[in-house]
Amino acid sequence: MSEPLARTPLYDLHAELGARLVPFAGWEMPVQYTGIIEEHMAVRKAAGLFDVSHMGEARIRGRDAAAFLDRIMTNELSTLKPGAARYTLMCQPDGGCVDDLIVYRFSETEFLICLNASNAQKDIAWMRSLIGTAKVEVLDECAAWAQLAIQGPLAEQILALTTALPLATIRRFGFLVGEVAGASGCVVSRTGYTGSAGFEIYLPAASATKVARALLAAGKPLGLTPAGLGARDSLRLEAGYPLYGHEISERISPIQAGLGWTVKFTKSQFVGREALRRQAEGGPPSSVVMFSLADRRIARQGATVFAGDTAVGEVLSGTLSPVLNKPIGTALVAAGFTGSSELTVDIRGTRLPLHVSAEPFVK
Amino acid sequence: MSQVPANLRYTKEHEWVRLEADGTATIGITDHAQAALGDVTFVDLPKPGKSFAAGEVFGTVESVKAASDLYCPVSAEVVAANDGLNDSPDLVNREPYGGAWMIRVKLKNPAEAAQLLDAAAYSATL
Repeated sequence: MSEPLARTPLYDLHAELGARLVPFAGWEMPVQYTGIIEEHMAVRKAAGLFDVSHMGEARIRGRDAAAFLDRIMTNELSTLKPGAARYTLMCQPDGGCVDDLIVYRFSETEFLICLNASNAQKDIAWMRSLIGTAKVEVLDECAAWAQLAIQGPLAEQILALTTALPLATIRRFGFLVGEVAGASGCVVSRTGYTGSAGFEIYLPAASATKVARALLAAGKPLGLTPAGLGARDSLRLEAGYPLYGHEISERISPIQAGLGWTVKFTKSQFVGREALRRQAEGGPPSSVVMFSLADRRIARQGATVFAGDTAVGEVLSGTLSPVLNKPIGTALVAAGFTGSSELTVDIRGTRLPLHVSAEPFVK
Repeated sequence: MSQVPANLRYTKEHEWVRLEADGTATIGITDHAQAALGDVTFVDLPKPGKSFAAGEVFGTVESVKAASDLYCPVSAEVVAANDGLNDSPDLVNREPYGGAWMIRVKLKNPAEAAQLLDAAAYSATL
């Protein structure tokens, strides 16, 4: 049994732009328009416009909202100032990840959370199950919002052609609410998932097409190109950003994923604290590493990593880095082997040396 | 619409075959196949001298998105492989029927060629 695929408000525009649409997390989404490498390089050199309306949104509202978020998230949200956002994990008691998300604070008692499409309904049910006696509401706003990401060195210049909002005053992980291309109530935040500069725009679903068309028209002379999920994946891998279901999951904790900076043990209590503290102090059984290959073959999800003849891990994500023009990826590697210079990966029967990188490939 | 030249034969797995006058055949993948794969990043081809049965995997074509097997359309021995694809795998996207030919083979059982699809029959599968 399969559910019919959901369509974002921009579906007709994607078709008009010649996108190749594929099923992704229950949605019919553009994987590419002209080509993944071309779209990737447009984001690195000029700008790309992504439809990320499949992402979920929930509003957290009430007297206890901040304390509630501190209790269910690994990062500290009560110290967030209105107009600012923060990346955080939401964990199970055993330290596995329910999801990774960004929390936007509107006021003392009101927050908006951006959720992964594949997890949105699970997350909302999970959060509601943890309310208990707290004075807080978890509102499902997934259908109300569309989301666009404009990313690349020229993103700010292009966005400024469509809005009077003072973009230069928005710091990284800051946001403003206002009008973009005549659509009011847009949340414009200096965030992104590409490793290039840029903004994410949360906008009322009914305004999505108007705003996307205005941005594409304004940005065309500057090289703005529509970009799909294919480029989004290669961009985030170059930048070292995790993707739920790959680098983080119910079986891979934030400590294993190298996201310990999002876990605030200074908070006396939050879901997953004890399990994560044990991992942080004793060392996790395995950790995520970034790697590159000196080859043309891509090591893809599920490929086995070896140290000598011993299997010590598996590939979590793999792609070709258009900037480096070589394969890159991430792997989950057993403790004791993450720094090994002897690692190889099996690609269809051939073992290729795997070069672990301590730094993302693009900063 | 993808191109399907009339002078070639095809398989349902989206390989094309050009039957040459000297009894050899040249093999590549179709325009439809390259478009479906997206940006091709690597082509793994066999060395001359290797033999394959009809339907056997003779190589791999890899794009940013996925790796796909290449199936030998006919029982054959490889006489040449296109080494140019090592340096320019993107030729597969740009010239699927020209510069991106993959292998040239000697047919072991020329009667098998009759089983291949003509352009009209292949177009009907797309």
